Amino acid sequence: MRPILMKGHERPLTFLKYNRDGDLLFSCAKDHTPTVWFADNGERLGTYRGHNGAVWCCDVSRDSTRLITGSADQSAKLWDVQSGTQLFTFNFDSPARAVDFSVGDKLCVMTTDPFMGLPSAIHVKRIAADPDDQIGESVLVLKGPQGRINRAVWGPLNRTIISAGEDAVIRIWDTETGKLLQENDKDVGHKKTITSLAKSTDASHFLTGSLDKSAKLWDSRSLTLIKTYVTERPVNAVAMSPLLNHVVLGGGQDASSVTTTDHRAGKFEAKFYDKILQEEIGGVKGHFGPINALAFNPDGKSFSSGGEDGYVRLHHFDPDYFKIPSI
Amino acid sequence: MADIMSMTFDDKTTESLHSLILPPGEDFGIKSDDEELHEDDQLEFDAGFESIIVVDNLPVVLQKKFDKLEAVVRRKFSRFGVIKENGLWMPVEEDTGKTRGYCFIEYNTPQEAELAKENTNGRKLGKEHILAVKMFDEIDKLMSVPDKWDPPETKPYTPLENVHHWLADEKGRDQFVIRSGSDTEVMWNDARQLKADPVHKRPFWTESFVQWSRFGSYLATVHRQGAAVWGGASGFNRLMRYVHPQVKLIDFSPGEKYLVTCSSQEPSNPRDTRRVVLNIFDVRTGKVMKELKESADEFAFGDTCGFTGVSWPIFRWGGGNEDKYFARLGKNVISVYETETFNLIDKKSIHVENVMDFCWSPTDSIFALFVPELGGGNQLARVSLFQIPSKVELRKKILFSVSDCKMYWQSNGEYLAVKVERYTKTKTNTYTGFELFRIKERDIPIEAFELDNKNDKVISFAWEPKGDRFAVIHGDNPRPDVSFYSVKGGKVSKLTTLKQKQANALFWSPSGHFIILAGLKGFNGQFEFYNVDELQTIAITEHFMATDVEWDPTGRYVATSVTSGHEMENGFNIWSCNGWALCGGTSRTGPEPALNGKLLYRVPKDHFFQFSWRPRPPSLLSPEKEEEILKNLKKYSKNYETDDQDISVLLSEQECEKRKQLKEEWERWVNEWKRDHDEQMLRDREASDVEEAEQVEVEELVDVTDEIFPDVRIF
Repeated sequence: MRPILMKGHERPLTFLKYNRDGDLLFSCAKDHTPTVWFADNGERLGTYRGHNGAVWCCDVSRDSTRLITGSADQSAKLWDVQSGTQLFTFNFDSPARAVDFSVGDKLCVMTTDPFMGLPSAIHVKRIAADPDDQIGESVLVLKGPQGRINRAVWGPLNRTIISAGEDAVIRIWDTETGKLLQENDKDVGHKKTITSLAKSTDASHFLTGSLDKSAKLWDSRSLTLIKTYVTERPVNAVAMSPLLNHVVLGGGQDASSVTTTDHRAGKFEAKFYDKILQEEIGGVKGHFGPINALAFNPDGKSFSSGGEDGYVRLHHFDPDYFKIPSI
Repeated sequence: MADIMSMTFDDKTTESLHSLILPPGEDFGIKSDDEELHEDDQLEFDAGFESIIVVDNLPVVLQKKFDKLEAVVRRKFSRFGVIKENGLWMPVEEDTGKTRGYCFIEYNTPQEAELAKENTNGRKLGKEHILAVKMFDEIDKLMSVPDKWDPPETKPYTPLENVHHWLADEKGRDQFVIRSGSDTEVMWNDARQLKADPVHKRPFWTESFVQWSRFGSYLATVHRQGAAVWGGASGFNRLMRYVHPQVKLIDFSPGEKYLVTCSSQEPSNPRDTRRVVLNIFDVRTGKVMKELKESADEFAFGDTCGFTGVSWPIFRWGGGNEDKYFARLGKNVISVYETETFNLIDKKSIHVENVMDFCWSPTDSIFALFVPELGGGNQLARVSLFQIPSKVELRKKILFSVSDCKMYWQSNGEYLAVKVERYTKTKTNTYTGFELFRIKERDIPIEAFELDNKNDKVISFAWEPKGDRFAVIHGDNPRPDVSFYSVKGGKVSKLTTLKQKQANALFWSPSGHFIILAGLKGFNGQFEFYNVDELQTIAITEHFMATDVEWDPTGRYVATSVTSGHEMENGFNIWSCNGWALCGGTSRTGPEPALNGKLLYRVPKDHFFQFSWRPRPPSLLSPEKEEEILKNLKKYSKNYETDDQDISVLLSEQECEKRKQLKEEWERWVNEWKRDHDEQMLRDREASDVEEAEQVEVEELVDVTDEIFPDVRIF
């Protein structure tokens, strides 16, 4: 089907997230205002005004009532999804980047960038059931990794936190004690900054994308490398189909050299790979800048991509897509 | 105390060292790997005498004539450089006062001394005296020549490696060499398995580039110390080394008997010109056949290229594959050498006033030369054909108002096309015409012809290999036209013109019939495979940003590559163009046209520098036999077809098996993970149940199942 072009952001997209039901799509961009869209027809529902800097990441609670956003204005904000009102602001001393609700939505993990001499950190906050009871204190603060932590997500059963970032190392932390449990094997790991991380639906495995032009699939408990997908361009965004054994990688030429290259040379494509065979299946073109964000609808029947060009492209798969033989 | 300590320590070490040192002449079967080093890097010892020469065979004169002789010698030898103060010393016999017939001359620099030696040794001084000039450093060597001659030992015969081994490949595959990063790699083009099969890989194999010899027997590499060739049956062994310090350019003779190496030295004195050193080696023995040292000016004719300021190859080989003659362009001369003696034919060059360019026939010992118009039209431009070794001018064509000329030989030497750029009457513009020489016909008839629109700029011209057709890209539009002409039947006739093509280069298949119209660089790598027999396009494809195109020697496959001039997309693609090409024109019996111009596989490589197919020697089959094979091609190809089929079936089976296995592995992993996960969840529940029991507090567990309530809308 023809992709739906969603023009609502004025600056490059940074993150996309579907709610659990798959009827809403939340988008974050560098233009300060996270936006919510109907995931079916791409109609804009509303924006969340209040941030004063680029918004890097967001997450929505399982019941689609709460939205959390992390922004470069050194804060993370909790919003009421329906009304768009700010419920709470978590203030930091450095830009916030990744945010992720735990299973059950009682906890949230947030990362902050290294800034003015402060090292990067992972904070765990308790999310109160009633916003009036919400407090800003962290339950747990994890420090150690060098450089930005681009993603931090909850591991299976909320027992661990998985983090990855500029130092190209994937770490697993214990949520009870805050201890570092595991680091990935350097020999098989990424060689450059890890830009993105996507969990499978059952959290058994997760996919990381890196500027070293590859994406890797890992066991989320043992942190063993399962698969590697090699592409020709730096990978900025990854997504996994919840329905079929497909993974999608997005990226392209480095944003700083985009203006000097032909759009065909830049390869701003969302590339589909067979998850098991590690073979490329196809690509979806359309963006005229690198792809920064990718997300699959939880029903696996559509996906959206957000680019450096400021557009969100919403693709509903044709019936043919579901006939692709997996073996 | 410390002294004593160290002494005892020393004693021990010397003792243990003695036990470590091998007895002389015994290596316990372990070869020292230093040997090569010693050979390569012989240190140059500065004896301080390298700028002194010894001049012998001077006349013996009495004391009264001493001054006169000294003046003569001084005058003669100061032409080549500055003789040092007190640098000329002519010894005298003490009792008689006579000179001894020799003298020593010291120059400022060793280069000057060498130059003087080269230019005076063997020359006459007066009527009776032939000078013998040697470097002072050489005297020792000359003195130590034994008086008695011993016959040299005959070395035992070691069989040479079979350099044609790769041709015996069962699957009839071709090899190619690639350079990327610091690695050089030789690979098989395994088109049936759709991959490149590695043969030999070496990091830092060469210091600048690699080159196949004309028939693919050798692979030449270039190093600081010289060039080397590799090949043989058992992988790529070094077959020979050619010492030539700082070598920059190499060139094989067409019959691959000789290797020409070239280096150029920066002059020590910036006012001097560069010095160019040329060596011609015998490829198999490694012997230097000819050595030339000249200033770069001597070579600066015609198109100069590259870093050395010389036009390469300096020596152009003629007379087909027999390597009989080679020639070079000089000022107003063409010097033709023969390889029997490595001297000029008849000891002198061919004098041609103002010659600009020359070009050997690929098969015969005939060359064509071009003399431009000079003196405002007083001296006419001409193209001449010369036969060697008779030096007879076979044919001459006078041309008027010419601005430039380019010569194109057909690969069998049957035709010579000369592209002539002429001025229009106003002299403000030029237009293009062609002169066609039919070499093999009696009296060599010449025919002039022009393009349909003679004002069109000719972008590219190419003969069909071994054929009698040629293709021209012409036009001033951003998308030029491509025309095909045939010269069969005594006159030039146009076959067709393709309008508005995205092409700027032509690549004929080595077996003819097919051509690739390539749009390199500015056209972003567009390719059109075109069948010239049927005059129809087979396929249009693209290799984005491709910079190079090369047909494999059999004309079955084409390699397109993006070399490191571009930042991105580095690597190469292999395309198939088999089928019809093999059928040699019997196109209707060929396989499906879809086979042609199909991308077989692609290999991305960062920092990709070079792709080069290994050439094949010419076929040993007689023309009759070839004809017969062509006729019965179906019979022959059947065997291979079944073979191909088997392989493809096998491949798909293997692939299926692999896929199945991967799938099973994955499912096993997922199931295992799920089981573990469920167990853990259960344990967690029990633990939290216990905890809750202790706390005696009842709390509803948040249900964490994957149920969806489709009716619940939040808005």
